[in-house]
Amino acid sequence: MDLNFGKKYKDFTKEVKDFCKKYKGIHFIDSSKVPLSGSFQSGEIKMTRSDWQKILIEKGYFARSIPSEYGGYGGESDIIKSRIIAEEFAKSKIPPPMGGQGIDMLVPTLLELGTEEQKQKYIKPTLHGEIIWCQGYSEPNAGSDLASLQTKGELIDGNWVINGQKIWTSTAQYSQMMFCLVRTEPNASKHAGISYLLIPMDTPGIEIRPLVDMTLNAGFNEVFFTDVTIPEENIVGKRGEGWAVANATLSHERGSLSDPNAMMNRLNSLIDRMKKETINGEKVINNPVYRDKLMKIQGKVIAFQSNSLRVLSAKLNKNQDVKIAGMIQKLVGTELRHELEGFAIDIMGELGTLYENSPNIRDGGSWQIAYMYFLGLIIGGGTSQIQKNIISERGLGMPKEPKVQQGA
Amino acid sequence: MYFGLSEDQIFFQDNVKKFLEDNAPIDVIRKIANEDDKTSKEDLHKGIITLGINNILIPEENGGLGLDLLFATAVSQSLGEGIATLPFTGSYVMAPIAIKYGANEEQRNFYLNEMSNNNINFSIGFSEFFGSRNESELSFSKNKVNGKTFFVMDFDYATHIMVSNKDGQLGIVSLESTGIEIVDLITVDKTRVFKEIIFKNTGVDILENTLSSKEAVDNAIDAGRIVIAADSLGASKAMLDKAIEYSKERKQFNRAIGSFQAVKHMCAEMAAELEPCYSILWHAAHSFDSNEKNKKIMACHAKSHISDISKMISKKATEVHGGMGFTDLLGLHYWFKRIGVNRQMLGSPEIVREEAAKSQGL
Repeated sequence: MDLNFGKKYKDFTKEVKDFCKKYKGIHFIDSSKVPLSGSFQSGEIKMTRSDWQKILIEKGYFARSIPSEYGGYGGESDIIKSRIIAEEFAKSKIPPPMGGQGIDMLVPTLLELGTEEQKQKYIKPTLHGEIIWCQGYSEPNAGSDLASLQTKGELIDGNWVINGQKIWTSTAQYSQMMFCLVRTEPNASKHAGISYLLIPMDTPGIEIRPLVDMTLNAGFNEVFFTDVTIPEENIVGKRGEGWAVANATLSHERGSLSDPNAMMNRLNSLIDRMKKETINGEKVINNPVYRDKLMKIQGKVIAFQSNSLRVLSAKLNKNQDVKIAGMIQKLVGTELRHELEGFAIDIMGELGTLYENSPNIRDGGSWQIAYMYFLGLIIGGGTSQIQKNIISERGLGMPKEPKVQQGA
Repeated sequence: MYFGLSEDQIFFQDNVKKFLEDNAPIDVIRKIANEDDKTSKEDLHKGIITLGINNILIPEENGGLGLDLLFATAVSQSLGEGIATLPFTGSYVMAPIAIKYGANEEQRNFYLNEMSNNNINFSIGFSEFFGSRNESELSFSKNKVNGKTFFVMDFDYATHIMVSNKDGQLGIVSLESTGIEIVDLITVDKTRVFKEIIFKNTGVDILENTLSSKEAVDNAIDAGRIVIAADSLGASKAMLDKAIEYSKERKQFNRAIGSFQAVKHMCAEMAAELEPCYSILWHAAHSFDSNEKNKKIMACHAKSHISDISKMISKKATEVHGGMGFTDLLGLHYWFKRIGVNRQMLGSPEIVREEAAKSQGL
């Protein structure tokens, strides 16, 4: 067991700390389009998000392993450096690089499976935040059983003509582009009939309707396609290979939904809150029942954080087997975060119900927002129940459910 | 950076596991538990001593292996997994650590040398310090001890007993001394030996440094908690493995019951909660070995968290086995009871969590 990263990384940590000091208090002149990325509104240094992205790429703090000809830093991928950057940025409240589905999911997919033209055309502006992407996967009748999707694409005179509907489309209203799964081979079997298309969102025939979620934000949209016509070359992979292309990106998504460092920060905010709040004249932190429950959650958070260190270690040391430890992160991380946020509401009691700009609200109402938001994450990206199927079948080798029907 | 057990640690762990698989199958465990089969038990003890588990934490200069707590933790996982009917945490982990921190030089060399030769074996009675109950009251005066310690662990091959008073001062009593009354306790877990001990003006060797410092008792309890947590983790792993195996074999409605989502999800839930237990356990042992300032918090959380998860697994894994899980025939209850007793040893979860809160200034 050795939890030190070595001298090279000590020096790197110092470099990042200095960088954070230099840019402390930075704020953006254009508004945030990334949900829950936090606001950084108090400071002297002003710039656009796109300029910030460019600075981070130049330093190698973002897009590190993406080749420079596509707008990345062009270095070796280094997960320890990525971790140091994330930790130091979080500590000093420097805005992290933009994420979102274009950067986290589409860019890795294009790098792996895109044509040279697609890489040249899309990656750089995506990294700079100039093209925002949304993901067109789920449909009203294709959720957990995504491969049964029915949005139709026909190749007519060198163009794809698309008809159908997508749902749960985050950021569709801000996006310039959508990467989308479309059924193009109606006679092929369920998984073999799908193609992965890139659709400009200003194409005629696209209608976006906001879908208000339980937090009362329009976090999602419904997107309707009526004879939407795009060029034939806007396909990643070959016709009918879309399912494999999409699976390359889904594995990118699952890892990113539960961040143990963010969880630890939230736990520390909860402890601060419990020190401040009183009930019947006594500090909440001194109430034995609340104390015990807090400690119980702290134990779980430490276990989860230690587990992510173990998963990290396995990426650096090839002989370690952490298959199940990695597989459980989405399930455990989202459920635990939801529990933590919910407990914070309980320790505030009636005050914990306050919302929006109510008088007496604590921490900007963030506990209620996150409590609901993380229920969304428990469901999104493969529900907890789907996760349990994956863990038991692929992790524990338990037998699959007998198939009741075949085909799309 | 490497987070996990080293090759040496895994090798040691596997040796202990294999030894128990070969020498202590369920019918041997049952004989020892039900019929008090002393011969089988002693053979096991002799065998496992040749593997060196009694010497892990004794320094090389005293004839030991000079290894760290992570080694002991790795070994303890195997002992829990194989329901070792043997002393370990008290005799071979807490005692050497208490002596390391609490003894003066003369005491240290004497006890550690004798322990490495297997001439001295310690039983541990620290309940008075971390969770005194109505039954207990123990006091030192000069070189005498009086009173009662009500839950003494690892008594199996004890030649000496190490006790704590409520202030964390530690004294060693030879069982050859006069004025000792030993009361057999019967717990649900019949694979291990617990006693109540009453002292009447019994001679005691007080570890000198413990008169002025709690370092010895604190470290011994932190280490003991981590190693008991490891034992529960090993026992939980064994129960989960058995549940998965059974669910693949047992058929109802013409299907393996493991193909039903209800059963599958129970197993996934167990696995999902168990995996982070390895992580917090090894992390806690590492924090102890590198003497980090959060080591007490880590030890407390490892013990209380793993106790909770193990309790959940001991219930669910039994349920996956249906009626068979409830029988003595299958013997699953040995793991269930081991987990149940471990949970209370050296502090039940609520007591331990309160210590975690206090030790971070809350």
